[in-house]
Amino acid sequence: MIGFTHYLIVAGILFSIGLVGILKRKNLLMLFFSTEILLNATNIGFVAASKYYGDLTGQLAAFFIIAVAASEVAVGLGLLVLWYKRTGSINLDSLQIMRG
Amino acid sequence: MYELVAFYLFAALTIGMFCVTVFSKNALYSMSALAGGMIFISGFFFLLDAEFLGVVQIIVYSGAIMALYAFGMMFFDSTDEVKEDFVAKKTVYTLAILSAVLIVIILAAPLWGAHLENAVLVTENLGNVQSLGLAMFTNYLIAFELSAVMLLVAMISGIVLVSKQLDNSITLADEVDTQESL
Amino acid sequence: MMEKLLYIALFSPLIGSLFAGIFATKPKLLITGVVTSALIGISMIASLMLLGYVDGVTTVNVKLFDWISAGSFDVGFGFVVDQVSVIMMVTVTVVSTAVHVYSIGYMEKDESFNRFFSYLSAFVFSMLILVMSDNFLGLFIGWEGVGLCSWMLIGFWYHKESASWAANEAFIMNRIADLGMLLGIFLIYWQTGSLKYSEVFGAVGSLAPATISLIAIFLFIGAMGKSAQFPLHTWLADAMEGPTPVSALIHAATMVTAGVYLLVRANPIYSFVPEVGAYIAALGAFVAIFAATMALVNNDLKRIIAYSTLSQLGYMFVAAGLGAYWIALFHLMTHAFFKSLLFLGAGNVMHAMEDELNIKKMGGLYESMKVTAILMVIASVALAGIYPFAGFFSKDKILEVAFNEGAYLIWFALLIGAALTAFYSFRLIMLVFFGEKNYEKYKIIPHEAHTYVLMALAPLGALAVVAGFFESGFEHFVTTLLPTYSFDIASFTAGLLIVGTLLVALSGIGFAIYIYRVKGGFPPSIKDRPCYKLLINQYYIPDIYKKYITDPFASFSFRAWKSIDQAIVDKSVDTIAMTLRNIGQKANKMQTGNLSIMLRWMVVGLVVLMILALIYRP
Repeated sequence: MIGFTHYLIVAGILFSIGLVGILKRKNLLMLFFSTEILLNATNIGFVAASKYYGDLTGQLAAFFIIAVAASEVAVGLGLLVLWYKRTGSINLDSLQIMRG
Repeated sequence: MYELVAFYLFAALTIGMFCVTVFSKNALYSMSALAGGMIFISGFFFLLDAEFLGVVQIIVYSGAIMALYAFGMMFFDSTDEVKEDFVAKKTVYTLAILSAVLIVIILAAPLWGAHLENAVLVTENLGNVQSLGLAMFTNYLIAFELSAVMLLVAMISGIVLVSKQLDNSITLADEVDTQESL
Repeated sequence: MMEKLLYIALFSPLIGSLFAGIFATKPKLLITGVVTSALIGISMIASLMLLGYVDGVTTVNVKLFDWISAGSFDVGFGFVVDQVSVIMMVTVTVVSTAVHVYSIGYMEKDESFNRFFSYLSAFVFSMLILVMSDNFLGLFIGWEGVGLCSWMLIGFWYHKESASWAANEAFIMNRIADLGMLLGIFLIYWQTGSLKYSEVFGAVGSLAPATISLIAIFLFIGAMGKSAQFPLHTWLADAMEGPTPVSALIHAATMVTAGVYLLVRANPIYSFVPEVGAYIAALGAFVAIFAATMALVNNDLKRIIAYSTLSQLGYMFVAAGLGAYWIALFHLMTHAFFKSLLFLGAGNVMHAMEDELNIKKMGGLYESMKVTAILMVIASVALAGIYPFAGFFSKDKILEVAFNEGAYLIWFALLIGAALTAFYSFRLIMLVFFGEKNYEKYKIIPHEAHTYVLMALAPLGALAVVAGFFESGFEHFVTTLLPTYSFDIASFTAGLLIVGTLLVALSGIGFAIYIYRVKGGFPPSIKDRPCYKLLINQYYIPDIYKKYITDPFASFSFRAWKSIDQAIVDKSVDTIAMTLRNIGQKANKMQTGNLSIMLRWMVVGLVVLMILALIYRP
């Protein structure tokens, strides 16, 4: 009843929500949240593929993606804290040094 | 039957939570919604017979990563809401939906009707954890080791980024200096 | 041995020109004048030796190197010294030597002394290439070379606006005529497959008459420009802006005679188309009268002599057109001597009068400049054609030719021209050397020229006197190459003609002396007569040219510049550049440094790539 396409559609919807969040948010922290959403959407896709084709590779891929996401958050937040200490703002526009 | 209900329930809830994350103005709300969404995704994993992954999702994502975010938010002044002017709404929505649809079509199209082969054999006798472990430590060993190194590096970088006075070593200092540095 | 003489004769002027050219920007160095004159003298001696060597049997042929070899087009750089070219060489070098020595005295106070001699020698070199070449292309090279050198020399005092304008006019008019000459050369090559004289003249007999006529007409158009026939004649009078030695060399003896030389050299072509020759003769007769009438009233010393050159060129073309080529060449030679003598004498007068040219302001210069006066009188008498001076023999022969051909109208025109020539030459002499001393009003003290200048003029004077006696020797010498001309007139009629011409010339002289000596000139009221106005304005031809040709062309060029060159060509190039710049400026907005914007562009790129992947699925 629930086929592979259903899961893919859910993953797609979540992916688009994540994209909207990336493009919309000006608060750097919120930007990171949206990145997490993107990663999770792909995880769903991988695991669904793994289930419907009887292959464990998908689950392993999802596993490693979780590991990578964790380390990325660590480093990203560290940098964000440093930036906040230096400039006192976590607005995206304060990141802009180049003049267009 | 249960599967159907569970699927649609989890799907609706996940999407709802993530929408709150993306569209809320309050940082706290969006963070909490994110944490909730993670849990529901874990539900998806259980539905898909990936129990180990589901548990790992809850522990790592909702436990560690959200805790990290919460600690990070303590640094920032979350009462003042960042002013956001959402320019070019239509463009953004179009782009997002278009890209999502295209990704699905591109990735799914060759799979419709195709018959893939199992790269890693799934034997019914073993449970999920055992078979995962078997696959990981034989076929994907390198990836495992590398991700371990990467986590180590991330930890060290996290420490280096936010600490002060890294030159002073407490272990190697004399008794007299230890008192003052503490 | 003879080849060595040829090279010496040809290249000495070039060496002189280069030598003087080294010092072109430096102040006056007497050695440049002396060295260049000596080198031209060496060339003259070599030419005279070649004259002694070349007779009917032997000619000197030299091929320097293969010049153009493109497919089937093969032209060598060769020279030939035969009877015609050796006559021209002797004429050119004798007159040039005299002019060079004269210029040392004339230009002694000029600061561009060295540059002048460089240009002068370069001119002689180009002229020698013109006359010595053995193919039409070498002729054309020399043709253009003399055109260029004459431009440089006429506009020698380039600071003067009128001088550089006159130089441009001369060059442009020559260029217009050169188009005709080039078309003739193209036609020759296309029809006969070669440009060498010997081959062309052998092959020309087998062409269609219409083609030969076209070739003859085109070559004549080229000659018209160089020899200033109507309507391309206005440059000759304006070319007097250059220094007087330049006028003597270029416009009396050498460059303007290049047109006649072309006709004489190409006589095998013209002998096939006598109707073209008749037209040439008619034009020549018209020019003879036309120029003589303009010289009657002019008050500018050098212009009168320039118009008389124009008139005498008409005589030469009459002879060449009617088929009497050796007579044309003979008149060319004698004319060179006495006309250059006239010009150089006029230069002396100018120097004495401190560059004043209006003859009404002169008069009575005989007492202060006896030698110059005598030389100019000799030259004028020769020009008028009085026995036993040189002009008599050559001019008379031309009148006989016209009578012989039955072209009575031409004969009559030339007779009138002879009368007018005599009149205005002696008008000049009377007004300049005799009569009231008008110059005293202007506080000028005239003085005679340097002795060495006068000594340079002396050989020319001698030649003007005796050159006529060489006529039979000349005829025998030249007709070994050129066709002979036989007269069918009874000797009684011939004698009558000669006496008649002489009487006409003498009466012209008598009339001039009478008017200006006895009656003190024409009354001033003559200036209001319409025919006087017509003549003094050169029949308004320069004004017509300016109004109907130059000004429309100038405005057309201006409009072409503004609306085509600037608006279209420049604009299209600029538009390309502006478009690129605008694209760059708009694309600049992608690189803002704002993370949000960059993320958006990233997603746009992603979508584009995915669409492409969907379309071009393998």
